[in-house]
Amino acid sequence: MEKRSYFAGKLLPYALLMPQLLVTIVFFYVPAGQAVYQSFLLQDAFGMSTQFVWLENYQLLLSDPGYYQAMTVTAVFSVAVTTLSLSAALLLAVQADKSLRGAGIYKTLLIWPYAVAPVVAGVLWLFMFQPSLGMVAGGLRRMGVDWNPYLNSGDALTLVVLAAAWKEVSYNFLFFLAGLQAIPKSLIEAAAIDGARPTRRFWTIIFPLLSPTAFYLLTVNIVYVFFDTFGIIHAVTHGGPAGATTTLVYKVFNDGRAGGDLGGSAAQSVILMAIVIALTAVQFRFIERKVNY
Amino acid sequence: MVENRPLANLVSHLILITGVAIVAFPVYLALVASSSDPTTIANGQLGLIPEGHLFENYWKVLFQGTERSTKQPMIVPLFNSLVMALIISIGKIAISLISAFAIIYFRFPFRHTAFWVIFLTLMLPVEVRIYPTYKIVADLGMLDTYAGLTIPLIASATATLLFRQFFMTVPDELLEASKIDGAGPWMFFKDTLLPLSMTSIAAMFVIQFIYGWNQYLWPLLITTRDDMQTIVIGIQKMLYVTDALTEWQLAMATTILAMLPPVVVVVAMQKLFVRGLTETEK
Repeated sequence: MEKRSYFAGKLLPYALLMPQLLVTIVFFYVPAGQAVYQSFLLQDAFGMSTQFVWLENYQLLLSDPGYYQAMTVTAVFSVAVTTLSLSAALLLAVQADKSLRGAGIYKTLLIWPYAVAPVVAGVLWLFMFQPSLGMVAGGLRRMGVDWNPYLNSGDALTLVVLAAAWKEVSYNFLFFLAGLQAIPKSLIEAAAIDGARPTRRFWTIIFPLLSPTAFYLLTVNIVYVFFDTFGIIHAVTHGGPAGATTTLVYKVFNDGRAGGDLGGSAAQSVILMAIVIALTAVQFRFIERKVNY
Repeated sequence: MVENRPLANLVSHLILITGVAIVAFPVYLALVASSSDPTTIANGQLGLIPEGHLFENYWKVLFQGTERSTKQPMIVPLFNSLVMALIISIGKIAISLISAFAIIYFRFPFRHTAFWVIFLTLMLPVEVRIYPTYKIVADLGMLDTYAGLTIPLIASATATLLFRQFFMTVPDELLEASKIDGAGPWMFFKDTLLPLSMTSIAAMFVIQFIYGWNQYLWPLLITTRDDMQTIVIGIQKMLYVTDALTEWQLAMATTILAMLPPVVVVVAMQKLFVRGLTETEK
């Protein structure tokens, strides 16, 4: 881990670290600390006086049905997006891993959505599913489906799930493909000689060996759904109808901006912070384990 | 391939083609919409074949702007996005390179502390500290400036980790040889370390360029002026027009323009992109 030889400078290393440390302290640690501090404060409606209220903001938050709704929405959203994008990506990666003609072209054609901004993904899907002029929405209407994501909460959630999953398939595909290509071909051949059919080989050999990759992707996807989907929700549904697509992050944004409830918004931020820390910790424990394989 | 099964291969091709089609269809439809005229779209009569207004629509979006909503010619936000993506990606790489260099090639008190301070920012995405960060940027007078758009995003735990990892694999003999030749830290950094890191830097650039280009929440918070917007914010503003119909053909042209640069970067530099993505798998 350590270098045997190094330079002797005393001040130079600090000067080299200065820009990065300055940015992290001013724009990361100070505001994060302020969020924690503000979460213990209560400000009156006119911003005239503030008082230290310990955990009152958290109590208020945990007794607010709107907060539970946002939690439920975030949970449903996470499960739906990860299930959809992981399974689609695995299906595609398994096909692309076979030495098919044109496998390289398929790969290129499947990974580019990674570069698409979440908000762009949202707008692309909104255009197809816009109730009055969308092409897919028109098809649904002709089939007798009463589709309207502006009014129906299930429809709205479905739309943002589809857009979010569409964008995330490429990332998952890439990692599953890398994981598949790392599995020694001799294992598969040995199983084939023993008479195991492709389906059986997949479930008894390939799938278990892929599970570290799948687990890593699971945490990455959850982080993605929590944070990066903000753009999709902000552009497509504005958290509506009636809070049906208001995720925890969207709620922090909306409550702080519209309501001016600084303490409550800060308390929400702190809870989110705890969630990120937990997710990152899980991710790192997994990576340490993988190194030991 | 263990055994050759023509039928199974055919099924695989079909699955992959379906996948590619589903992935590509929304973008194709956007392309068709951006070549269409407003009435066709508003009546829900948009077909699958491009129409003749492609050039006209892109010209309008780029140089004249929409008739309703912001009226901002999109060439300006497009330029802002480019500036933002470039400052963020180059800035992240630059400050992470020198941080990693300091941590690996020097011995000084608080070396590990410094590393952890940088590392733990991974756990503090902008979403969990929205308003306090906004307030600091406002207090520093950086709202509606390129500095405000980029500097708060420029710290990078991922890039620092990646370069630190890479520097560890550089043989110690290289440093010893440079020292014998009388090279100081700067000479060693510039003449030995940088040339060796070129591939890692390029891979990092691809990832960070996309990251910078696609930022949404941050520019949404700290830009108020239409001429300081980025292109992804421009799309959102086009969608919500009070008392008027959305100009979908222009919104879809903007969408295509907004996704084109990062997608071109990924496709053109696919090898570097894949490398960058898998290496930053922290």
